[in-house]
Amino acid sequence: MQDRTLAGKANSAARECDALIRLDRISKSYGASEILKDIALHVGKGEFVSILGPSGSGKSTLFNIISGLVPADEGTVHVNGQIGYMQQKDLLLPWKTVLDNIVLALDLKGQDKKASRAKAEALIDRIGLRGYERKYPSELSGGMKQRASFLRTFLASGEIMLLDEPFGALDSITKSNMQTWLLEMQKALGITILFITHDIEEAILLSDRIYVLSSRPGVLKEELEVGFNRENKRERLVNPELLIMKEAIKGLL
Amino acid sequence: MNKSKRMDQRLYPIATLLLAIVLWQMVVTLGGIPLYILPSPLDTVNALISDFGTIAGHVGMTLYESIIGFTLSILLAFVLGVMMDSFPIVKKSLYPILIVSQTIPTIALTPLFIVWFDFGLLPKVLIIIMVCFFPICISLVDGFEKVDKDYLNLFRTYKASKLQTFIHLKLPYALVNFFSGLKIAATYMIMAAIIGEWQGGTKGIGVYMVRAKNAYALDKVFGAILVIVIISVAFIYVINMIAKKTTHWK
Repeated sequence: MQDRTLAGKANSAARECDALIRLDRISKSYGASEILKDIALHVGKGEFVSILGPSGSGKSTLFNIISGLVPADEGTVHVNGQIGYMQQKDLLLPWKTVLDNIVLALDLKGQDKKASRAKAEALIDRIGLRGYERKYPSELSGGMKQRASFLRTFLASGEIMLLDEPFGALDSITKSNMQTWLLEMQKALGITILFITHDIEEAILLSDRIYVLSSRPGVLKEELEVGFNRENKRERLVNPELLIMKEAIKGLL
Repeated sequence: MNKSKRMDQRLYPIATLLLAIVLWQMVVTLGGIPLYILPSPLDTVNALISDFGTIAGHVGMTLYESIIGFTLSILLAFVLGVMMDSFPIVKKSLYPILIVSQTIPTIALTPLFIVWFDFGLLPKVLIIIMVCFFPICISLVDGFEKVDKDYLNLFRTYKASKLQTFIHLKLPYALVNFFSGLKIAATYMIMAAIIGEWQGGTKGIGVYMVRAKNAYALDKVFGAILVIVIISVAFIYVINMIAKKTTHWK
């Protein structure tokens, strides 16, 4: 186990030069309570990287820092490209149709309405919402809402997506379908994903690399490379290595 | 909700009301109560029919005052609500005063309005604004404030301007609240107009009521009350319809 981790570290160091996101010595406190301490991480182009940690480990604060909503107390943030931030809540506007919600960011930027709607229409099949374009969010299921929210985030950003526990509120069957779907989407659209979760299995299933965060203050405990079944991540679910890795991570937390 | 349940909801209050009216009629008829003490439901309806032309003229005036006052209340509430939302200092300065100002008894002020502004349209409109402005404005401001922080952050990450955030997020978000304030204001609207008319004036359903009362024609007073109730209910119904259309996602 230890060997694999070390090998993974060496690998990722080589890729570090073309990183789309790089954080260096990030610290953040709210008053007297230290939320994040000395966080350094990087995400390369096309990578799927997860940040795994218990609740209260400052994962969301980290995302707020990366997306520029909150300034860090110390350290540097480098982002090379446009970032889209998707949260656990779908945050669809209930008074807008699904299609109008998806193109919201483009509309706000003042882009041509017809062109942005055509862009969204072209991708609507991929998120399985064909026929729902003119419906309102209240008429969609939880998984459909998250997919609509995903497409909105993708259209707003392009290549880098921060996903903050996007499947946290879904039932386990929907969640499993959504994980498969997300992997397909990443392949098809060639996006870079930084993913927050507190679900160890989810992190192992989806990621190329995992950063394990401890809680209060959030400190990086370990960086792990998920080396098995890289080509078909779904198969990881039946690979015993998943269980070994899961136990190893449990030991860290 | 299914149909029979909705029928139930209407049936019970209507049956209760009918029962009360029958009881009222029996008490007046069997007890031999004279008209100048308590008119019966039949007397009331008769008075309404026989005096309909006169009442309609007065009601027209009251409606005119009410609609002007109500429209101005909405405009004023919007202007002040948006100001309070955009500039925290305006809200900090005005919000507590607005709340406390509601403890001022409007009825006590109306005679002064007549002294200051004469018997015409102006004092009536002012009284309506005093009564109707508050619930609309407060519900609007509270609605703006209730906007989910995560939505605001979303708009920030999209780099939306203040105006865009207002049009696409805050205003629709506050609309549900706004309509509930509007309904409260509508229930007070006619009443406020009548309070104004009681203090003096030449036309209006309130003036008609004072005259009828002075002549001990209580059947006409009750007829006027019936008209006021019907108009107020109709107003709330219209607002409900508009609210359903505009906030269809609810």
